[in-house]
Amino acid sequence: MKAMSGAQIFVDCLKREKVDTLFGFPGGAVLNLYDALLQSDIRHYMVRHEQGGVHAADGYARATGKVGVCLVTSGPGATNTVTGLATAYMDSIPVVVFSGQVPTLLIGNDAFQEADMTGISRPITKHNYLVKSHKDLARIIHEAFHIARTGRPGPVLVDIPKDITAEVGPYEPVRKVELQGYHPSTTGHPGQIERAVNLLLKARRPVLYTGGGIILSNASRELRRLAERLRSPVTMTLMGLGGFPGDHPLCLGMLGMHGTYRANMAISHADVVLAVGARFDDRVTGRIDDFAREATIIHVDVDPTSISKNVAVDIPIVGDARTVLGQMLELLKRPKYARTKPADRTEWLGRIEDWKREARLAYPAEGTLKPQFVVEKIYEVTRGKALITTEVGQNQMWAVQYYSFKRPRTLFTSGGLGTMGYGLPAALGVQVAHPGKLVIDIAGDGSIQMNIQELATASQYNLPVKVAILNNGYLGMVRQWQELFYEKRYASVDMSFQPDFVKLAEAYGAAGFRTDKPEEVVPILKEAFATPKPVLMDFRISREENVYPMVPAGARLTEMILL
Amino acid sequence: MRHTISVQVRNEFGVLSRVSGLFSARGFNIESLTVAETLDPEVSRMTIVTSGNEQIVEQILKQLRKLIDVIKVNDLTGKDFVERELALIKVSADEKTRAEVLRTVDIFRGKVVDVTAKTYTVEVTGTEDKIRAIVRLLKPMGIREIVRTGRVAVPRGD
Repeated sequence: MKAMSGAQIFVDCLKREKVDTLFGFPGGAVLNLYDALLQSDIRHYMVRHEQGGVHAADGYARATGKVGVCLVTSGPGATNTVTGLATAYMDSIPVVVFSGQVPTLLIGNDAFQEADMTGISRPITKHNYLVKSHKDLARIIHEAFHIARTGRPGPVLVDIPKDITAEVGPYEPVRKVELQGYHPSTTGHPGQIERAVNLLLKARRPVLYTGGGIILSNASRELRRLAERLRSPVTMTLMGLGGFPGDHPLCLGMLGMHGTYRANMAISHADVVLAVGARFDDRVTGRIDDFAREATIIHVDVDPTSISKNVAVDIPIVGDARTVLGQMLELLKRPKYARTKPADRTEWLGRIEDWKREARLAYPAEGTLKPQFVVEKIYEVTRGKALITTEVGQNQMWAVQYYSFKRPRTLFTSGGLGTMGYGLPAALGVQVAHPGKLVIDIAGDGSIQMNIQELATASQYNLPVKVAILNNGYLGMVRQWQELFYEKRYASVDMSFQPDFVKLAEAYGAAGFRTDKPEEVVPILKEAFATPKPVLMDFRISREENVYPMVPAGARLTEMILL
Repeated sequence: MRHTISVQVRNEFGVLSRVSGLFSARGFNIESLTVAETLDPEVSRMTIVTSGNEQIVEQILKQLRKLIDVIKVNDLTGKDFVERELALIKVSADEKTRAEVLRTVDIFRGKVVDVTAKTYTVEVTGTEDKIRAIVRLLKPMGIREIVRTGRVAVPRGD
């Protein structure tokens, strides 16, 4: 047994967890940890604000499927991670945040830079720890990683007092994590699976409703096979985009508030709905009593609390999405089912075609620069091969409506919490994960100003992310609601004063472009994507463009405001 | 409907705030909550009395099971279980009421655990109904203070 300092143990545990990348921001309480990191080959990206650090770790985790790691100091450093933690928690992203804490003897004394981080982060983490002694440190670090990545993934915070990082004591590497009360189910109940498969085969009007769980459990291949075997159309939530190819003939597109007309009509008329890794969020269901009211609902989720939380489920199946879909496919290969064809879907698929023709995604061409046009051009120029992050608001909805995601882990967006300021720091994490790929943050002029400081991080570490600002000089989504539901009484949404984004880009060592002319969009995109450094593009779009179609909050999904 | 839930938890610091925070964050109702160590010093047992419709209680049970520090959750409602609550009641006892207080305590098989010139402090154990009944009878004599443990419960048999 070797004697090691807490800081050395910290580094050793990170190595054992195969962590090679950290995002963070130093400070007094974590000086020992940073000092020990100097002796390791772990890459550290110093962000400009701790919120950016957690979002970057979150983007890295979404891009790689690994646990994203963020290191911050005590007090304000730690409290700045709150929005990042809540973002990761709502979207079930595996992130571990290490925060420094004041020395053990000072805890509770209102010491300098002290905050009760386990108290503050309790409702926005999957679990959290305050390390109370040197001998617990290694066990807790490994438990944190285990909890973050297993079951329904999520963020874990580990608060480490400074004295423990300095203390030298015996260290025996931890071989195995055992948590008495934590055994997430992965395999679904075979009887329930057989009932589900029978229902799906017999259904006349089935819909697969799929969410972020497909991406998190790497189940897209299984999903595609199942959809094709069952000849069942598939709709995705915002978090599920990319989990099923956007250009597949069975793809209905996104459902919900700004989903496609055909997706919302299909789920409202379905007779069997298979929900996988989705949680019946209010932005998806509209008026809850009317959601899929004609359907028998099968719900596959790794988290039992998601099942029958918002909607009564007929066949609950607790398990990992990939494992359960795999079990369904296996069952369908057995002699009993191998030759069973699904019920005739011709009429159902025909109705869906009709809905598609009735209301396609469209926007008025008026000669001015339209945000939808910009996103379409981004899709065309990149041939859909870029990695897209978004901010939150109209930009987020236009990005997902007009860019078609064909593969998982190509869209990075704050779905559950709806965090403005997520896109740029998340793009840094994605770029670190995929150095050779084109990473684009589709932003709004409001959101981008919430974490604009991370442009400095991008320039310092040569992370050539591209930011396309859909600039309407408004907090556009709030303005849209004020226009539609508050008789155009615009309250505190006018952002017509803003920095000169081109000069700002240059000030940060990035390149800047600006236009309000449709014909200049493609040349700017091409030049931006060929520029080997960060780029900020200021697209001056028509100011009062709205996101359509739209289901007003609390209305039925069939009550869409079309264009 | 009322439910009595028995929860075994890891005796970690902060576990009480995780459980109570879960109830407050999701708008669940706690009528009483007791907690103390079991034979294994690393495990504590909580007894939670809560109420809600079937769907809410199902969520409460699932959410409790989801907490990392929770080892086992057992909804005792509808099962055969023993429940007790303890109350300490400080009641005025002057010359006129003294005998009546003692008689009442005796009927309820309670004990007087502290005496002053003007008060008796009475210990009484039983189901909630029993506690409520003695409180009702002692009230006219003047209850100065009352403290109750909340319900503890354990399943009957093996």
